[in-house]
Amino acid sequence: MKVIQIDKSELDAGLGKLENAYRLIGPVKEKDYHAFKTLKTGEKPDLYYINTRLSARAVLYPQTEVMFEFSLDRTDEQYGILKEPKKNDTPRAVIGIRPCDADAYEVVRRNFDTPEYKDPYWLKNYEATTLVGLACSNPCPTCFCTSTVSGPFSDKNLDIMLVDNGDHFLARVLTEKGEKLSESAGWNSPADNADDAIETLKDSAESKIKSSVSTDNLAKQSLIDLYEAESAIWESEAFACINCGTCTHACPTCWCFDVQDETYGKSGVRMRIWDSCMYPIFSIHASGHNPRGTKLARVRQRFMHKLKYYVDKYEKGIQCTGCGRCVRLCPVNIDIRRICNKMNSYDPETCSCKVAS
Amino acid sequence: MTSYTDKIREASKRLLKEGTVDMVIGFAKGSVPMMNQPMHAVNQGDVDRFVWDGNCGINLANYVTGRTERIGIVAKGCDSRNLAVHIVENKIKRDQLYIIGVPCTGMIDRHRLTAAVNGEIESVTEDEAGKTVTVSGDGFSETFNRPEVLQENCALCMHRNPVIYDERIADEVPEQSDEDVDRYAAVKQIEAMSPEEKWAYFDDLLSDCIRCYACRNACPLCYCPTCFVDESKPQWVGKSTEIPDVRIFHFLRAYHCAGRCTDCGACVRSCPVGINVRAMTKKLEKDCLEYFGWEAGLTTDQRPPLDTYKPDDPEQFIK
Repeated sequence: MKVIQIDKSELDAGLGKLENAYRLIGPVKEKDYHAFKTLKTGEKPDLYYINTRLSARAVLYPQTEVMFEFSLDRTDEQYGILKEPKKNDTPRAVIGIRPCDADAYEVVRRNFDTPEYKDPYWLKNYEATTLVGLACSNPCPTCFCTSTVSGPFSDKNLDIMLVDNGDHFLARVLTEKGEKLSESAGWNSPADNADDAIETLKDSAESKIKSSVSTDNLAKQSLIDLYEAESAIWESEAFACINCGTCTHACPTCWCFDVQDETYGKSGVRMRIWDSCMYPIFSIHASGHNPRGTKLARVRQRFMHKLKYYVDKYEKGIQCTGCGRCVRLCPVNIDIRRICNKMNSYDPETCSCKVAS
Repeated sequence: MTSYTDKIREASKRLLKEGTVDMVIGFAKGSVPMMNQPMHAVNQGDVDRFVWDGNCGINLANYVTGRTERIGIVAKGCDSRNLAVHIVENKIKRDQLYIIGVPCTGMIDRHRLTAAVNGEIESVTEDEAGKTVTVSGDGFSETFNRPEVLQENCALCMHRNPVIYDERIADEVPEQSDEDVDRYAAVKQIEAMSPEEKWAYFDDLLSDCIRCYACRNACPLCYCPTCFVDESKPQWVGKSTEIPDVRIFHFLRAYHCAGRCTDCGACVRSCPVGINVRAMTKKLEKDCLEYFGWEAGLTTDQRPPLDTYKPDDPEQFIK
């Protein structure tokens, strides 16, 4: 692994060179907040942003994605045959993704890339993408990544990590994809003693994170006990919840989708669309029965999935990278940090949690 | 605001102690700035978590829909109007409610403040006199005049005092009138646009929608057992973020609120991407006022105009 130095004055020229080999995606400010967008020729990502309003999930996993196209014209010899549409799977690079969002890809991959099942759509996008991350030197008060599976300088799911160091970026080139991209950009000035500098900045960033969750006890907790902790956890948390999908749509690690067919005259598409466990329709059966017919059941499902079922199934920590978006955006202040701490400290003997509401 | 908080706690404790109600619904301080949390107190010990400040913009009428208990509810002007709408629409019975009326001086616009500073806001404090709002975070601190950072619906509000209540925790606050503010200035601007401009305006307005339905679910009026966008047998609206489906959702929802919307602003407040949902509902409010002389939620004796039929209706088309 090598570290190179990219002077800020030369950054744009390097990005310009990349435009030929990659489709560039980066954070740009639109209206009042930042979002990941495919950059137009000459457009530059804002590498001084704090974080995007919504996560980078959609970069690999669009909210609406066509899986198949079909003809409904009976005279068409292709009538009724599902066909994969041609997609643009040329190389692309995400410039300036935050470590929390990149680490979320590893979480999502556990679901989309298993020995039994491979999700071709997500994997094709993932394989075509080079991730140029941007370490977080100034984390937000609601960031709690250090107590999850991520951190402000977490580079385990990046191809290159950029670290802002005054008049230049230090760039840790972490993978072959990263090597290739830095070559294309012409970024090749070696940086001296850079690892020390990065470590110092990392310590400084981590020390700024004031918020945390306790997760040490989640795996040991009994699933049934947590599920049944209605009076200690779920009733009070579910009361405020309005069952919108803000948390799930903002979350980088939510992966559930719905499959819908839409027809337009004599043709149609089968697509998948992000779904949300907060919606009553999410779990309704064809019979009309809804196993999660109450708000309490839906709120419990979201947090049990992220903080217990996932923990038990994969043994890789919680399904959360601590990006804090759901905390910032929930209109009624359902705070995953509070719920995680409640679940972690729940005592089935006394049916109480050691942390307060 | 401290005095409001004390009075709300006092009243709630008394109601629970005397057994007047089974629960009191109000606000608890949120874990992040500008995000107070709706909560219900069942025991007297819970009431000390109640607070009141400029971050109580969620409409609590949303939390009584279809409930069977006797409920004490903290209600600012708009909440009380939505309780009136609920009573008219049989979503709750008047005698189930004990309304703790809160004269309101407007709620802080979280979208505007979030956009106004560079960095995440760590604290938002209001001075006791209700004149200023100070916003601070890592490396910044800025003080605003409170009236300038109110939600737009609050700045234009004509019914700050609760219209129905069982007790009011403070003296009435002065009401604004049409002479003080032009509540339909923004609507008139849109009305004056050419069709092309209107098309572009609404395209832009809805372009960020992620269909999370926070606007719908924060709205006390949206209590349909199955919303039209969730109907699957038959399915009426596509579920993707394709523009026509997004438009159908928003426009149809807005029309469904015509004559019932109190302009409480919960939809805008809840939207994670800052869509001004009121651009649609405010126009319908204006039409209801101009055509029918109607403002929603001011009485429990009359059904909203689009919800009734009169044999002596003056319009020819209906005869």
